[in-house]
Amino acid sequence: MRAGQKLGLILLLTPLLLWLSLLIIIPHIDLFLLSLRERVGVRQYETGLANYTTILTEPLYMVTFARTAMMSILATVLTLLIAFPVSYYIAKMARGRARSVLFLMCLVPFWVSELVRTFGWMILLRESGVISGLLQWAGLAAGPVEMLYNDAAMMVGLVYTSMLFMVVPLVTTLDSLDDAVIEAGYDLGGSGPSILREIVIPHAMPGIVSGSIVVFMLSLGNYLTPTMLGGKDSLWFTQMIYSQFIVRFNWELGAAFGFMLLILSSLIVWAVLRLTGQTLEKTMG
Amino acid sequence: MKTSAFTLKLTASALALGLAAPASADTLRLLTWGGYAPENVIEMFEAETGHTVEVTTSNNEEMIAKLRATGGGGFDLAQPSQDRIAGPQEEFGIYKPMDLSKIDAALFIPSMLEATKANTTVGGDVYGVPHVWGTDGLVLNTAQAADVKDYTDLCSDAVAGKVSYRMRRPTLIGFAFSMGMDPFAAYADEAAYTEILSKVEEALIACKPNVKTYWSGGDELMGLVRSGEVVAAMAWDTGGWKLNEDNPDVTFVAPTSGALGWIDTFVIPAKGQADDAAYAWINFVMKPEIAAMITESAGNFTASKGADEFVSDALKAKYQASFPQEAVDNIKWYPPVPAGLEALEGAVLDRVQAAR
Repeated sequence: MRAGQKLGLILLLTPLLLWLSLLIIIPHIDLFLLSLRERVGVRQYETGLANYTTILTEPLYMVTFARTAMMSILATVLTLLIAFPVSYYIAKMARGRARSVLFLMCLVPFWVSELVRTFGWMILLRESGVISGLLQWAGLAAGPVEMLYNDAAMMVGLVYTSMLFMVVPLVTTLDSLDDAVIEAGYDLGGSGPSILREIVIPHAMPGIVSGSIVVFMLSLGNYLTPTMLGGKDSLWFTQMIYSQFIVRFNWELGAAFGFMLLILSSLIVWAVLRLTGQTLEKTMG
Repeated sequence: MKTSAFTLKLTASALALGLAAPASADTLRLLTWGGYAPENVIEMFEAETGHTVEVTTSNNEEMIAKLRATGGGGFDLAQPSQDRIAGPQEEFGIYKPMDLSKIDAALFIPSMLEATKANTTVGGDVYGVPHVWGTDGLVLNTAQAADVKDYTDLCSDAVAGKVSYRMRRPTLIGFAFSMGMDPFAAYADEAAYTEILSKVEEALIACKPNVKTYWSGGDELMGLVRSGEVVAAMAWDTGGWKLNEDNPDVTFVAPTSGALGWIDTFVIPAKGQADDAAYAWINFVMKPEIAAMITESAGNFTASKGADEFVSDALKAKYQASFPQEAVDNIKWYPPVPAGLEALEGAVLDRVQAAR
């Protein structure tokens, strides 16, 4: 019996362990070793920290990372602000079919690929696009209006891309909040804002935190949206990794970039968890 | 030592294969550019030789990145530009020397074949033979950007906000020539090249407000020019000629400082497994009538001798309009890029991209 249980455990764990070791741990070890290699001449390499010192001494790289991180945090906050009322409505106010329909509507955009979704935004925002045409038709703009290739367009794309990943955990946690608790809050003389602050948000906190972590990581690691919507001003950290690997053949520096991204993003998540007094266990459990 | 033993083993096994089955049908995995292996040519080749062809389309950087990732495996024939062969070969060893006796030299334009052989020689071995050539220059909407004659004119107020170019090395090179410097002469001198790059960097940062966006794919640029959002761009000649079919105002113009000439080649990856099929493909597509079919599909001319006769008059007319004789003489052909130069250029491109 015990041996059978053990075998079952091993069999159940195998896919996970394979996934973790083959796709995450081994490539990362390889990446780390690569990042420690410095090129001194043609086919001559030495082991050292030169790639990391390059990152720390060339201000451009740190500035780019800081910009990417700040924009990702902003995208996370905006996503939360938009997704919270939506989730609250779906979880608490909508009933029956309306609820499924609303949830489905959040899901539908994710049935097409990210590329198509982003291209949709390009069609809307470009100078010869739909919104520019509408504005001119309505007489609100004299000439074509360019709305692409700036930070605002990029932000719109990032928020749109990550909306679902905020709505799902929020709906799940808000769903588990008993309506009676909110009613009791009103009976005890609470007002709308105070109930939101004292009851709803504390209850939804695990959902908010896990949603935020996912959205932050997705934005930070996004490549397509900044490239397509941000255009000439969009230097994003992932673009630098791509160009080191593919365009410049500098795998060593690219690997160091990848590692910095991993370390710094983990640090940011840890710091935010500490600041808000949350722990990962509370969020996930 | 290890690599040489390895190549020995490879050649031995290739020999054994060749001896065992002289006319065996192979699968040729071809890593090339869009348009270089049109469907009709593949069908003719497969019918004639019995080999099958699998095509993967890519660009210079991705070709080298792919071959580097596998140590030169996964493909049997690749087509990087001639300036990207010697450097990566020295650095990563991803190609195999060409067996020139298996190539029908009579099919090639002699000057182009010799130039490519010289540019792709590493350690006495020739690694590439030429296939398709073309240029980088200006794609202009002549109705709205008639004053643009050179790369630096892209920064003039007349075309403010309606300009696009790539954040890639041809842009750096083109601007350097246009500013009166000679970056190719400075390839071997790192200090001189850095100085040229820093001047170009300054110019590109100053020019940034003029740029609508940096294009990265050919289709993206086509869209921008077709919609009229961009009236002047730095691009390939074929892009201009293709756009010319939709809008007669748009065409390719060789800049006064000289168009930048590239030659895409044939190289055999180090771990290629179908060398016979690869040589058969090279000799097949270099036949004048086949080369003309590729010119029709890719838009660019080939190094095949006598293929011009088979090319349609429409394409010839566009070529002659863009390239009067003095413009042809003024083409600046890319010399081989020394290993490590990309890192210098990369830092400049990153700083330009990041500038506000």
